[in-house]
Amino acid sequence: MRRFVISQAKNLIDQTRRRPLPNHKSLRLLSLAAASDSAPVLSSPRLFSSSSDMSGSDSSSSSLPVTLDSINPKVLKCEYAVRGEIVNIAQRLQEDLKINKDAYPFDEIIYCNIGNPQSLGQQPITFFREVLALCSHTALLDESATHGLFSSDSIDRAWKILDQIPGKATGAYSHSQGIKGLRDAIAAGIEARDGFPADPNDIFMTDGASPGVHMMMQLLISSEKDGILCPIPQYPLYSASIALHGGSLVPYYLDEASGWGLEISELKKQLEEARSKGITVRALAVINPGNPTGQVLAEENQREIVDFCKKEGLVLLADEVYQENVYVPDKKFHSFKKVARSMGYGEKDICLVSFQSISKGYYGECGKRGGYMEVTGFTSDVREQIYKLASVNLCSNISGQILASLVMSPPKPGDDSYDSYIAEKEGILSSLAKRAKTLEEALNKLEGVTCNRAEGAMYLFPCINLPQKAIAAAEAAKTAPDAFYCKRLLNATGIVVVPGSGFRQVPGTWHFRCTILPQEDKIPAIVNRLTEFHKSFMDEFRD
Amino acid sequence: MALEYELLNENVKKCQYAVRGELYLRASELQKEGKKIIFTNVGNPHALGQKPLTFPRQVVALCQAPFLLDDPNVGMLFPADAIARAKHYLSLTSGGLGAYSDSRGLPGVRKEVAEFIQRRDGYPSDPELIFLTDGASKGVMQILNCVIRGEGDGILVPVPQYPLYSATISLLGGSLVPYYLDESENWGLDVNNLRQSVAQARSQGISVRAMVIINPGNPTGQCLSEANLKEILRFCYNEKLVLLGDEVYQQNIYQDERPFISSKKVLMEMGSPFNKEVQLVSFHTVSKGYWGECGQRGGYFEMTNIPPRVVEEIYKVASIALSPNVSAQIFMGLMVSPPKPGDISYDQFARESKGILESLRRRAKIMTDGFNSCKNVVCNFTEGAMYSFPQIRLPTGALQAAKQAGKVPDVFYCLKLLEATGISTVPGSGFGQKEGVFHLRTTILPAEEEMPEIMDSFKKFNDEFMTQYDNGFGYSRM
Repeated sequence: MRRFVISQAKNLIDQTRRRPLPNHKSLRLLSLAAASDSAPVLSSPRLFSSSSDMSGSDSSSSSLPVTLDSINPKVLKCEYAVRGEIVNIAQRLQEDLKINKDAYPFDEIIYCNIGNPQSLGQQPITFFREVLALCSHTALLDESATHGLFSSDSIDRAWKILDQIPGKATGAYSHSQGIKGLRDAIAAGIEARDGFPADPNDIFMTDGASPGVHMMMQLLISSEKDGILCPIPQYPLYSASIALHGGSLVPYYLDEASGWGLEISELKKQLEEARSKGITVRALAVINPGNPTGQVLAEENQREIVDFCKKEGLVLLADEVYQENVYVPDKKFHSFKKVARSMGYGEKDICLVSFQSISKGYYGECGKRGGYMEVTGFTSDVREQIYKLASVNLCSNISGQILASLVMSPPKPGDDSYDSYIAEKEGILSSLAKRAKTLEEALNKLEGVTCNRAEGAMYLFPCINLPQKAIAAAEAAKTAPDAFYCKRLLNATGIVVVPGSGFRQVPGTWHFRCTILPQEDKIPAIVNRLTEFHKSFMDEFRD
Repeated sequence: MALEYELLNENVKKCQYAVRGELYLRASELQKEGKKIIFTNVGNPHALGQKPLTFPRQVVALCQAPFLLDDPNVGMLFPADAIARAKHYLSLTSGGLGAYSDSRGLPGVRKEVAEFIQRRDGYPSDPELIFLTDGASKGVMQILNCVIRGEGDGILVPVPQYPLYSATISLLGGSLVPYYLDESENWGLDVNNLRQSVAQARSQGISVRAMVIINPGNPTGQCLSEANLKEILRFCYNEKLVLLGDEVYQQNIYQDERPFISSKKVLMEMGSPFNKEVQLVSFHTVSKGYWGECGQRGGYFEMTNIPPRVVEEIYKVASIALSPNVSAQIFMGLMVSPPKPGDISYDQFARESKGILESLRRRAKIMTDGFNSCKNVVCNFTEGAMYSFPQIRLPTGALQAAKQAGKVPDVFYCLKLLEATGISTVPGSGFGQKEGVFHLRTTILPAEEEMPEIMDSFKKFNDEFMTQYDNGFGYSRM
């Protein structure tokens, strides 16, 4: 046996000499050999940690170049809970429901895990889609029958947009920052919103807002010594992107007791602590309105944040994708650009990147992948680098670009489509506000649950005071307590939510994120099922 | 200042992408000043007058505005098969074009892609191993991001290459291991060059992990033979490399000696042990072929022999971007399952497609012949793809003038060409070339009727340039 083990070890050593990085299997055999004999051992091999266990099928394919233990460790490290484990379970249940209807106490899966309004019945804005259809198939504009099927202002707008596209070629790669005429419309829209001018050359259009965030992380992060201040709880795009780019996430905690307030003292504290550990903090990410937390920052708070960034030399990354989702009369959205400019801070004073998307608001066009970042306060040599990064991917999709320009310059009073546009918009927004309130009230009625109101965005993020028994049961099941609760919820009701640990939270507190997006007629059933489930859960685990 | 140039990620500063670099920016400036520019810097067919195919645009227009389908007059504007197809694709979505799809793409479309691959190759394809992406470039970046752990990891890349590869490897902090294509052999790939490159890289302590082939080639246009592909796959098997097969130009073939054959098909045909062990990722797009739908940003990659847990990790990273854009997914579905004989739209579709492909074939020849008729210019035939990559033998006088102007010689030449004729090309240095040998890349995409004038304009400029700088001291050449 000993001779066999030693010769196995020697074979593996020979193999690993050809490939400098050994896999786990060879390490185990090497240490066996070393323990039993003076077999040669490789000098300290680098072990790549992996968050997943070593399954047989992967370690046996150690002769392949691309295996779990040989891929980029940053890929292994990053996580994205919004489409994580719970969703995989839900999808399997959904498949099974088709054939085993009676096996379940519910007849459908309701996905409340992701801000994807049109997948839950929200309708797109008619005017926007009319324009897109006309730009998709421009031959329509030459047909007289078109006037019977499309509003006159959508036809006008399509012509206007096509005139801004060289050769009216919507299938061509555009300028890497996006079509100039569309950027002009967006800049005008920003100016109308804020009362301060916007430069179309500062705008970079992207396939959704997320690629813009990745570009900035790529630019700012050179190593794990570079830190980005992120809110906790946060939308996990930030933590994932920082991990993928090899940087460090520097957390700052939002204060649940004061409606998820952002305290400058907390920012200062975290900044100093990071610096004392040798981290260069490069930027502050602020999500306003917040995700998952839904708070809308007060203007005074925003001014403090701007001052803080200026004083500490931080780039301000302002994720403002929910700017059109504000549900409470006592709060209003103010863009960070507007706040900075109204404080007298101009181009030379503060580096600010503002992100906007077509996925949220009242338009909810997630699947079209449209968005932009407005980059202000950077020197031209830095902007050239941003342009260069954008150019490697050539350009963002044209249809998304068109939609972004429509979102930032919608129908105006007097336009043919204005009345129906406003009716659709206000219908959607008032319904969202209503659903936010209904679900918030229902959650607050649950035993041991407190839920801050959703001032904006699309989510509720209740805090569950889990009994010790439940926490112990979760530990026994090797699951985080909030994930344990969410899995039980899914299995009992078919409702899919995301455990708070996917967004991070104050240690020892538990939350989950639930969207407010199911259609109004589904809400009562959701409330009932959730309430019933929670009661039986507490009955089972009450201390 | 919070963000100064000096503080930026070095990898970003190092990366270069000439296709939209110096020449393009200068051309854009001149265009703003009113000069007529012919942009031949990027494979962007619709920008040069190629019309989109009618059928897919009809289908997608209906998908953009599904309420049209409820209108009794919709048949006046759209043929019945377009209407049926729009309904079909909408039924594959979970909420139309405006909802995030599965992060890998709509299952129904991936199934259609798998069926296409199966028909094309004669071997089964698994939809679960096909991921749709916002353009093939995004897919390439995702896979390289998975493979490259640090600068110790090397990726074999052809020289000349499409600079997406060099730029991405730079951004990810990896090492580019070049293997030279042989211009005197029609840009052929010699396995001995591969072996040399790998040996050299390894002697420098680099772990060579993957090999990129672009087939048909960009910028070089050569189509790999079946024998060549077999050699390459065997090489990857022996050297434990994952093969990245960029096959985005598979429908752009302009000669009949070497039709397109996919890397996957050759791999499957090689049988055991290769077909179960060589790792392969193949890339395709809606941007090229005869579709040319660059602006949609639609692509896919198919994985072969990649372990399930690795597929999961790639899925995980894809999920951070939520989903590829749904309109482009529908374009992809339509591309892999186009109208069939008997369909109402078939005749028009076939006519449009054939027209484009035959014209591309003619233009490939016009351009090659045109370049070969110029003084000191030698041009291999464009066997496939969309580009012409002539070698420009610059006289010593030109090299000196370039040096004085502080420009790389081919950049100098291309800038002069741009200023004299408005033709905007990409200097060969943007793609990599042998030391001291200069090229430029142009596309074969300008309208056929404009080609003779463009080639005349080029010849006039080139021959005058050569005369101007010819001081009898010799020329750059291989």
